[in-house]
Amino acid sequence: MKKKIALFLAFLVLSGIVLFCLQALLIPKNMSGKLLEGALISEYYDNAGHNDVIFIGDCEVYENFSPITMWEEYGITSIIRGSPQQLIWQSYYLMEETLRYEKPKVMVFNVLSMKYDTPDSTKEQEKREEYNRLTLDGMRWSESKWNSMLASMSKEEREDKVFTVASYLLPILRYHDRWNQLTEEDFKYWFTRDTVSDNGYLMKTGKVPMTNHEERPLISYDFGENSWYYLEKMTKLCKDNGIELVLIKAPAVSPKWWPQWDEQIETYAAENDLLYINMLEHQEEIGIDWDNDTYDAGLHLNVYGAEKAARWFGKVLQEKFQLADHRVESYLSGIWAEKCETYHNRKKEMEEK
Amino acid sequence: MGITTVSFLLFAAVVLLGNYLLPQRARWVWLLIASMFFYLTAGWEYVIFLLLTVATTYLAGFLMDRNLQKQDAYLAENKQTLSREEKKAVKAKTKSRNRIFLIAALVINFGVLALFKVLSVAPFRGMVDGTALSFFVRIGLPLGISFYMFQSMGYLVDIFRTTDKAEKNPFKLLLFAAYFPQLIQGPISKHSELAPQLTAGKKFDGKEFSFGLQRMLWGFFKKLVIADRIAVAIAALKAPEFTGMGFFLLMLFYAVQIYGDFTGGIDMVIGLSQALGIKLTENFVRPFFSKNIAEYWRRWHISLGEWMKSYIFYPISVSQPMLKLSKSAREKFGNFGKRLPVYVASVATWLVTGIWHGITPNFILWGMMNCFVIVVSEELVPLYDKFHNRFGLKEKKWYGGFEMLRMFLLMNLIRIVDLFPNVGEYFRRVGSLVTTFNYHILWDGTMLNLGLSVADYAVLGFGIVLMFAVSLFQEKKGSVREALWNKPLLRYILVFILVLIVLLMGKYGVGYDASGFIYDNF
Repeated sequence: MKKKIALFLAFLVLSGIVLFCLQALLIPKNMSGKLLEGALISEYYDNAGHNDVIFIGDCEVYENFSPITMWEEYGITSIIRGSPQQLIWQSYYLMEETLRYEKPKVMVFNVLSMKYDTPDSTKEQEKREEYNRLTLDGMRWSESKWNSMLASMSKEEREDKVFTVASYLLPILRYHDRWNQLTEEDFKYWFTRDTVSDNGYLMKTGKVPMTNHEERPLISYDFGENSWYYLEKMTKLCKDNGIELVLIKAPAVSPKWWPQWDEQIETYAAENDLLYINMLEHQEEIGIDWDNDTYDAGLHLNVYGAEKAARWFGKVLQEKFQLADHRVESYLSGIWAEKCETYHNRKKEMEEK
Repeated sequence: MGITTVSFLLFAAVVLLGNYLLPQRARWVWLLIASMFFYLTAGWEYVIFLLLTVATTYLAGFLMDRNLQKQDAYLAENKQTLSREEKKAVKAKTKSRNRIFLIAALVINFGVLALFKVLSVAPFRGMVDGTALSFFVRIGLPLGISFYMFQSMGYLVDIFRTTDKAEKNPFKLLLFAAYFPQLIQGPISKHSELAPQLTAGKKFDGKEFSFGLQRMLWGFFKKLVIADRIAVAIAALKAPEFTGMGFFLLMLFYAVQIYGDFTGGIDMVIGLSQALGIKLTENFVRPFFSKNIAEYWRRWHISLGEWMKSYIFYPISVSQPMLKLSKSAREKFGNFGKRLPVYVASVATWLVTGIWHGITPNFILWGMMNCFVIVVSEELVPLYDKFHNRFGLKEKKWYGGFEMLRMFLLMNLIRIVDLFPNVGEYFRRVGSLVTTFNYHILWDGTMLNLGLSVADYAVLGFGIVLMFAVSLFQEKKGSVREALWNKPLLRYILVFILVLIVLLMGKYGVGYDASGFIYDNF
């Protein structure tokens, strides 16, 4: 009997190991191609602990600000917790989770996601679940991830909530059918990952001059109740923790940032004693050249634009919040020197391609 | 809560755990609670109809039983004084009284079932808009209504025939009707076989438990890896342009899907029951190995066939009008006349079976085609025997294979009728088998435009070979699980490989529109 039990237990352990390895193999690695963004959230944990500024938001933060430039110019330690189509509740829970690892002086939130009130109100509904994965899969398990997952469920995810929850707990359930799409990349990064970002900034060096982006007027410009609810929660979270919350609208011309939206955020910021900067109104001061500083015709900045935006914004932050210049600290200088080297090498490599 | 969902697996795990943690005498209560919870998750409105069936069944059973007890007591008291004829008269009187209760229960219950069935058909559905009957349309066919109704009505007929005793405890009767695994897929069990097991609270048996879980896993394989994978190609091949070879492929694919779906579902249900210590009746016994249609229907959806035979076919064939018909037909047509009542009863039985599957010309045709093949086969038996004996075919192995293949193709041709929107379209496609010779679709790339990739075909090919190999082993040597029981290491490895196959190759997940079970529609 003892022998039988021992055999059964050994079999269970071995099965667990095999399943773990298979899961690691099947999970998308996002190390190349179009979905590099999927690797951003998990890269935070390797760089957490000493950041004065944390950027949180969608592609308008991880494409438009270069933390390396902020370091090189002002000695500000910053990192971006960005992911594609990051929704406001996801940003809130990322903020909440960040506090488990560090307590920054400033949290910067890009307010564009205020326009999406619920998971069902976003564009590209058929991809909503995939977008959720790009934000949530990279998060470590915590109450914040759990709540973010529950708040983010798309219509199709809600159809079988138990399965959805199970598939976040055991991602093999979600990616089980990737066995016939595995590439060399999946084997190369089976148990390891490269770093694809520079402190959360995803570099692009291409240049596609801005074109005219026409957008139809909206029926209503009022932000939804849920968006306001999470913005309130962000404000409270930061106030309770003695962190300055800065609201920004990043310098990107599309999707359009309507004046009516701007007004609502301005009023909210004033009422709550928050700093709100619509960077679109400071394009000239920043020095953005829309012929050369965007890689996709004005939707996002390229590295040259992101450096300009970081230079300008870093100065604002330093002046407003008297952030320390950490370049004089040898420990941090050592760490950041490496980051800077990686950044410049990457830039050079991409420019040469 | 679909049986292939994570929710159901968690629910099943809780039920199994609770079942074995509770004292044996309390287990049936736990099963009843679990069954009612499961039923409520399908929709609270459905519970009304379940309770209606159980209440009417209980009442009719109770009244019939009371009459029978009174009769027995009277006969016992007057054993010495009553003549044989008087005893017969007493019994006839009781039977006549009980017939009223039985008919009343049958009319109420099958009336409800018929109403649901009728209102599921488009022209009738529209007629009840804005009336109270639109409630039936709105909620749709209650989960497992056919299964619990057939079981309950069968139970009443058995009491009427005095082959079963009435259940005294209404909650135990409720459990018999609502026992959750079989509500999903059947089988249709007899009260005398199932009820004692449900209330017995069997002691934990590691081997039975393990066998049950293994069978569930095998069911998952057949359903998720095979049936649900091939479903997409069936949907594509149903398009009107697929004639000739396209139709032939559709027949084959549909056979694979329906086999995987039905037997997979039943494996899960019987497996879960086995793990709970309850042995349900087998519903499919490798039907594609059948050599003739009678054998096929002894192997395919056995419990439905048995039910139809016991409660439709026999009562009709031994009814007074049939006995009269038999007598007069024998005088006029000799041996054929002797068989005529049986054929009439067969027509009635297959008509009911067809209508039960769906009130559409397609299902009626399906029933009649089955009946036709059965009758013709029966009539041709002497001719076949002569032919077989003349060439000594029965001893030849290849001929056995030929008979199986012939039966497989014939049943495919009949079965597929329900896939088409109307009977005319079905005949057009069948006709195309001999008018359209488009074999090129096998290699001109059409096969890869059916929603299946090369990898899908590889998985299907592997799965079909595996199912065939297992069936062949079972047919020749018996239970695979039994054969592996004394080889724990090999068993663990094979089980784990099967887990991996289901996990990786199963069709499930967010955005995947699970096709449910085909039998859910009945």
